[in-house]
This record gives sequence, structure tokens and C-alpha cells, in this order.
Amino acid sequence: MNFAQLLNQLPGAVAQGLIWGVMAIGVYITFRILDIADLTVDGSIATGGAVAAILITQGVHPWLAALIAFLAGMAAGAVTGVFHTVMGIPAILAGILTQLALYSVNLRIQGIGTDLGSRANVPLSINKYKNMLVSLRNVGSFTLENPIWLMLLITAVLIGLMYWFFGTEYGCGLRAVGANPQMARAQGINTNSGKLTGLMISNGIVAFCGALMAQYQGFSDVSMGRGAIVIGLAAVIIGEVIFGKLFRNFALKLLAVSIGAIIYYLVIQIVLWLGLNTDDLKLLTALVVALFLAAPHWKTQVRIRRTKGGEKL
Amino acid sequence: MTEPDMLILRNVQKTFNPGTTMQKTALSGITLTLHKGDFVTVIGGNGAGKSTMLNAIAGTFPVDSGDISLNGREITHLPEHRRAIFLGRVFQDPMTGTAASMNIEENLALAIRRGQKRGLRWGISSRERALYREKLASLELGLENRMGSRVGLLSGGQRQALTLLMATLKKPELLLLDEHTAALDPKTAEKVLRLTNQLIQENGLTALMVTHNMKDALALGNRTIMMHEGNTILDLDAEQKRHMTVEDLLAQFEKVSGRELSNDRMLLTR
Repeated sequence: MNFAQLLNQLPGAVAQGLIWGVMAIGVYITFRILDIADLTVDGSIATGGAVAAILITQGVHPWLAALIAFLAGMAAGAVTGVFHTVMGIPAILAGILTQLALYSVNLRIQGIGTDLGSRANVPLSINKYKNMLVSLRNVGSFTLENPIWLMLLITAVLIGLMYWFFGTEYGCGLRAVGANPQMARAQGINTNSGKLTGLMISNGIVAFCGALMAQYQGFSDVSMGRGAIVIGLAAVIIGEVIFGKLFRNFALKLLAVSIGAIIYYLVIQIVLWLGLNTDDLKLLTALVVALFLAAPHWKTQVRIRRTKGGEKL
Repeated sequence: MTEPDMLILRNVQKTFNPGTTMQKTALSGITLTLHKGDFVTVIGGNGAGKSTMLNAIAGTFPVDSGDISLNGREITHLPEHRRAIFLGRVFQDPMTGTAASMNIEENLALAIRRGQKRGLRWGISSRERALYREKLASLELGLENRMGSRVGLLSGGQRQALTLLMATLKKPELLLLDEHTAALDPKTAEKVLRLTNQLIQENGLTALMVTHNMKDALALGNRTIMMHEGNTILDLDAEQKRHMTVEDLLAQFEKVSGRELSNDRMLLTR
């Protein structure tokens, strides 16, 4: 691949980053606000894609399809929430269970209307469904059809909505649930229902992202969510590392997450251009995220060692 | 004339880890009545059940038997967050009572809505801010000028003072103080204790304060109870307290319990 080809790939990377950024904002809600690493997302993003794809092939308007995908994601989040709060299963395990169950559910959703009743892939050609919201076909164009414009708008609206929601009395209560559950209970907040609500909203957003992604790439696939949580975390962490000192405001922090996702995809394009094999991408992503997750831990270790040295005097 | 009953514990029992080698009876059928406006200090040795009693009232865990009523309401089976409507709580660890990643005014806004339905109205109104500024100023810690600062940046003493303010912002029917000055340096502890007394007097609160400091226990409040092995072994009214010294109290403890009072923290502060 030469440099001109790389430049050609960049708009696609930005569009993809913006779409994944929507999911990453969902991940931010559980990971940073509720302090839960929710692995449901690998399943719920595909659920969103499956629901939207099936509805669109049935003639439902893509916007409505995306909205219903959002609701389906909320239902998936509710399952994890019930596993965690009512059944007392640790949050990570609860997410893994839902994710696994969703694989079957997603095959079934995609199989609606087929003889087998289950299907791994639903094609969504832009030629056939011309009213789809975003398509990678238009990513190089300079018209309003370019998916980047709509994605910018969606990102802005989503950040605005989240800023409003987490600023309300209820949203402040949710933040307290994540920040200090004991304090939240002492202030009369039901931490269980808070976690449930948070998981539902987060997975709703993730599934909405899945709906956009299926339209963008022109198909929905049952395994399209594999590793999604890691990409979401990568976006959150990249955003924090680069803008953490600069962005204090909540809306800006969410913006940083979205930019983090764009940077992630730009970097991916560049390493691919430099000759990395696509098959090795997930390995690279996992290692990079592990390094960034380790950074705060290592920082404190260094600090401890320094204080020890100081006491030797 | 006696005030009406505010808190009644009737034969409350709690055993942790039952049936294991870690089995520990923390409350052994304790019965206690607090009148409205009582300010009761609670002392006792290690593992006497002081904190367990407070947590049983707050609903941190379900009790094994017995019942608890507050202001005529049966609350024994109410979950913790529902009881919080009636209770103000300050914990031993300054980190526990506040949300570190949220700022001062957000913490206060959470506290003033204790027991209210939290809807989709904006979390803090500008009218509230004026109230918070005024209340914070009364703490004399300069926090009124730092309302946008994250609570994690405050010192332990400042956080405890803030937690006290949060616990009393919306008048609680009962204030539970669980060794809330134990983690503070002596000077700060004294300041927080003075503030505690002031808030209780000004608002006419009913309060239950666990302390490791016998002097404080005798000096503050209108009643002192001593706990041992999950029950009360001594109950002093205001009159009896007035004539009691720390030495008397220790002697009393030995007489009633048959052993010397041991409390790690107490040894350090006596």
C-alpha cells in the first residue's frame, strides 16, 4: 500500500471511529461511571445489528430500526443487570453469560423469515435499501451523503443527551452509585436499580451503534461484536490519556472518548499501511489496551518506591 | 415530662458467619430505647458490638431476630436505602461518607434529596447553591469557595465535616455517628466533634454516637451507654454522667463485666 492509498483510507477510518465512538460512549457509562466492566457489549452490539438488519430487510425505516435496536440492547443490558443484582453474580461473569446467550439469540433474530430459522449473516446492500442512514460507499464523497456528517451529528446529540441525563437528579444518583455505593445507599439511593438502569442505557447505546454499523458495512454478522469491549476500552483510555488533563467537563470527557475511537482507527490504518497483517490486529489491540490499563497501576508503584527511598534518610 | 420514643431496639440479635469457625455473636439480644432529642454516646471495648448496632439500625445487614422501630415505624425489614430516608450517617472512614469523584456541591445536592424521588429535573438548582454556600461557610473551613472542587481533593477532616453537613442538611430523625473522629488527628477530631455537638444542638437532633474517647463520651450528650459482648452493661443518664470521671467509668466497667476494658484505639487516646 502506498501513501496515497493510506490517505484514501483515512476518511473511512474516521467514519468507522465515529461509529465505534458511539459504542465507546456506552462503554464509558458502565466502565467509568458505574465502575463495572460490562462484557455484554460484545453480544449486544451484534444484537443491535441483527435487529436493525432484519427490520430494514422487512421494509422498516432505518431510523425506526435503529430505535428498536436500542430497545433490544436495553433488554440485553437488563438481563445482565438482573444476573448481577437479583442473582448476585459478579458483574464480569454476568456480562459473559449474557454475551454467550446473545450469540444464540442473534442467530435466531437474523434467521427470522428464513427456512432454517437461524442465520449467521444478513446482507444489507445500499443498492437495495437506498434509505439507509450511513454507508461506507459514500465515505469518499464530498456530499451530505458522506456518513461522517451524520455520525458527527449523532455523536453531538448523544453527548448532549448524556450530559443532560447525568446532570439530572436521577443521573447524579447514578454517578454516586458508581463513585461510592455505600454513600449512595446512605443517601437513599437504590444501588441495585441504579446499576440495572445504567447497564440498560449503556447496552441500548451499544446496540444502537450496532444498528449503524450494520448499515455502514452493508451487512450484519453474528460475530461482528467480537472484541468490541476491548475496542471500547481502547477508545476510553486513549481519550483519557490524551485529553484527561485538558477536559474536565463531562461532555468534553465523552467527546474525548469519541475522539479516542477515531484515533484508534486512524492508528489501525497506519499500522496496516506499515505492513501489519490484519489477522494480528486483535493481538495488537489487546496488548496496547493492557499496557494502557497498567499505566495507572505502575504509576502508583513508582510513587511507592520513591517514598520508600525518601524514608531511608 | 419525657419525650416520645424515637428509636426502639427490641431484643436484637446478630451473629456473623454462623456455623463456621469464624462465628461471632455481635449483638446478643440488645434492647434500647432512645427518646426524641436524646444525644447518646456509646462506648465499649473491641468487638463489643457498637458499630454492629449502628449498622443494624441503618440496615447494612439483616438482623437475625428482634425488631427495630423508628419514630413509631417498624423498620426491621426495610432495605438500607429506604431507611436512609430517616437517617443521617457519618462513618469512621472519611472516604465512606462522600463521593470522591464528585464535587462538593454535587455531594450536597445528593444529600439534600435524601428520601425524595430523584427525577429528571436538573441535579442542582441555583437557589440550592446559595444555601450550600451559607452552610459551608458555617463550617469555617473555607469550603464555600471550593464548591466546584472534587471531594477527593479534601483532607479527611474536611470530608468528615462535609459528611456531617450532608447528614444533617435534610433533618434526620436519627443521626448515627460511628467513631467519626477516630481517623482524624487530635486537633481536627476536636474541631469535628465541636461541629457535631453544634449541629445536634441547633437542629434538636436525636443522635447515637460511638466513640473511643471516654472523656468525650462523658462530656457530650445527655446519656452514655457502655456495651460489652453485644449488649449494654451500663446506662448513665445526664445526672449520673455529670458526676462520673473516666476512672470511675473504667472501674464500673471492670465491676460489671469482670474484666479490664480493652480498646486499641482507647489505649492510644487516654
